[in-house]
Amino acid sequence: MSALWHLNVVASYARNSKSRERQEFVLLCVSRFLDEVYENVDKMAQFGFENDIHSILKLDMPITNAPMARWQRKASSSNTSALSGLSPGKSANVSLSSSKTPSKTPGKNKKQTPSKMGGDRFIPTRNSKQMDVATFLLTKENEPADTNTSVTSETQKAWSVSLNGYNVEDAKILHLGGKPLNAPEGYQNNLKVLYTQTATPASIKKSRYISSTPDRILDAPDLRNDFYLNLLDWSSRNFLAVALHNSVYLWDATQGDIILLMKMEREEDYICSLSWTKEGSYLAVGTSDCKVQLWDVENQKRLRSMASHTARVGSLSWNDHVVSSGSRSGHIHHHDVRVADHHIGTLTAHTQEVCGLKWSPDGRYLASGGNDNLVCIWPRAQEGSAGNDSQLIRCWSEHQGAVKALAWCPWQPNILASGGGTSDRHIRIWNVNSGSCISSLDTQSQISSLVFAPNYKELVSAHGYAHNNVVVRKYPSLSKVAELNGHDDRVLSLTLSPDCSTVATVAADETIRLWKSFEMDPVKKKAKERMVKSTSSVIHQSIR
Amino acid sequence: VKKMTSTLKGITLKGSAELVAEFFSFGINSILYQRGIYPPETFTRVTHYDMSLQLTTDPKLKNYLTNVVSQLKEWLFECTVQKLVLVITCLETNEVLERWQFDIECDKSAKESSAPREKSIKTIQDEIRSVIRQITATVTFLPLLETPCAFDLLVYTDKDLVVPDKWEESGPQTIDQSEEVRLRSFTTSIHKVNSMVAYKKTESV
Repeated sequence: MSALWHLNVVASYARNSKSRERQEFVLLCVSRFLDEVYENVDKMAQFGFENDIHSILKLDMPITNAPMARWQRKASSSNTSALSGLSPGKSANVSLSSSKTPSKTPGKNKKQTPSKMGGDRFIPTRNSKQMDVATFLLTKENEPADTNTSVTSETQKAWSVSLNGYNVEDAKILHLGGKPLNAPEGYQNNLKVLYTQTATPASIKKSRYISSTPDRILDAPDLRNDFYLNLLDWSSRNFLAVALHNSVYLWDATQGDIILLMKMEREEDYICSLSWTKEGSYLAVGTSDCKVQLWDVENQKRLRSMASHTARVGSLSWNDHVVSSGSRSGHIHHHDVRVADHHIGTLTAHTQEVCGLKWSPDGRYLASGGNDNLVCIWPRAQEGSAGNDSQLIRCWSEHQGAVKALAWCPWQPNILASGGGTSDRHIRIWNVNSGSCISSLDTQSQISSLVFAPNYKELVSAHGYAHNNVVVRKYPSLSKVAELNGHDDRVLSLTLSPDCSTVATVAADETIRLWKSFEMDPVKKKAKERMVKSTSSVIHQSIR
Repeated sequence: VKKMTSTLKGITLKGSAELVAEFFSFGINSILYQRGIYPPETFTRVTHYDMSLQLTTDPKLKNYLTNVVSQLKEWLFECTVQKLVLVITCLETNEVLERWQFDIECDKSAKESSAPREKSIKTIQDEIRSVIRQITATVTFLPLLETPCAFDLLVYTDKDLVVPDKWEESGPQTIDQSEEVRLRSFTTSIHKVNSMVAYKKTESV
């Protein structure tokens, strides 16, 4: 087939070539070449066996005993012409028309070469007789018509042949009457598939290929199977942090190394949440002993241990130099990590564990979700003032289950997606400005995490009971694009890689799976990279 | 090998007519298959001329072709046919997209009674095979037929021929702005068939 492909390339080159001669020459060569090819191919065909195999393998062979397909019925009803019973041709007195000699010489028959018939100018055959006639007619007036009879008929013949393609006097065209036969209704030949090289818009795939298997699987032994914890986060420096019981491990996604960042002193303590700063050099760790720790990853040193909560810190979110923490008590604290007196604000709308906490990308709003089924929106506190309840902008209670999954849309401002737990199972999209729920979708299983994947504008959800999978949906239509199955137990957390091509999930089956579902082709990637602005670190300057 | 065209006896007028008609039958089927006028699954493969060819299994089409070819055979025998043309038109617009023309030159001096001509069947079949191969080869440069198509068979006969039942007169159905490619010809020594294909010039990319 490769030879044919090359040939097709040559042929298409010929087709597109402006030089007519080159075109003709190439076409002739191709045609001759193919003669040779087919000669050899046919000799090897064991067609009988092939025919059988062919008919077996062809899944769309017509079924022998089935009722007629619709197109067949239509075709049979349209071909009403009775084609049977043609009367045998009566022997007619046929006048011997001038036999056409095989014309190798350029003569009357100009069709030796692919002619310019139908070109821009019509040039009749300029044989001498016509020129004579022309001159004669021009110079003489009022000539009796019959003197030119013999000459005229020749010219007439010539004109006729050129115009009609045949001599009208000598021949007539017949065709078998009745409706013209055509292919069954709706049939469109698909030769395009075999022979075309140009990619038509229709041939470009509408949706990309999403692998159904994870790109990588990492072992996560000792992972706490607790719905309310947030134990996975991926930094902008491409480090994946995971908390296994009371230890925090970092996996270098570029190199593949594993680093044990920290381990809590007491065995009964455990890590409840992790959150990287925006530039990825510091990691906030929420613990069961009600503290928020701050770690310098480069030096593997703990910088701070901030105590303010009365219960475990199950959720964390950064907003520049402020880290907000949500606790089992239902309280949310803001910590300014630059100052000694870190606790700068308290938000107390939730009555049960705050399991979802996310600052919007522009840093204006904080979304929180709790075990009390509430989704609350808080504004950014003014510098210096203490945060209080009256600042609560929105409080949505539509969810019927714990709201742990929260995600802000990176490309559309003020859009928040939230997902409910086992008793709710709905994804809801909110507009923070208007306060309305834009859309809602029942996903049939517990939603533990949501993330927006900007590369293809999709929303990814991680599910627990009962599907234990990850679903990729187009945003904003929320139509399913792909399902990533593989985890044997409920998926607890989901996080997106810094280049937005991969999503990492951790599940109760003690594995971390990396799904490379959002890879962009290099061209688009370059365009995107040019648009990304580098943000400078605020903390780095002021941390003590 | 048919009795009437046996190599011992040479080619008779009747035999020649048979050979040419047979060629047309296979040729038309090939074109319909190659150009995708009919779904490929409605064709079955057979061996003839020492090569594999596609024949339609569609009963209506088969019937139609049989009728045309048998009439052609008669006209070939009487040397009254000048051309056979297969026209491919766009179903919706009735525009002629492709035109396969087979010019037939008949040696009128070969009457039924005259002695058979010296030409081996094998040679004729080889020639026919080349032509059909060329027809297959044309797919590489013929523009794709992207719309559903209809086809029609036109026969150019002598002017004073009595038109049989079911046959009607028709126009030439030529293509304006066409590109033509001449294919090989073959001859039985009584009938000579020149083949060519004309197609609508596509816009240069």
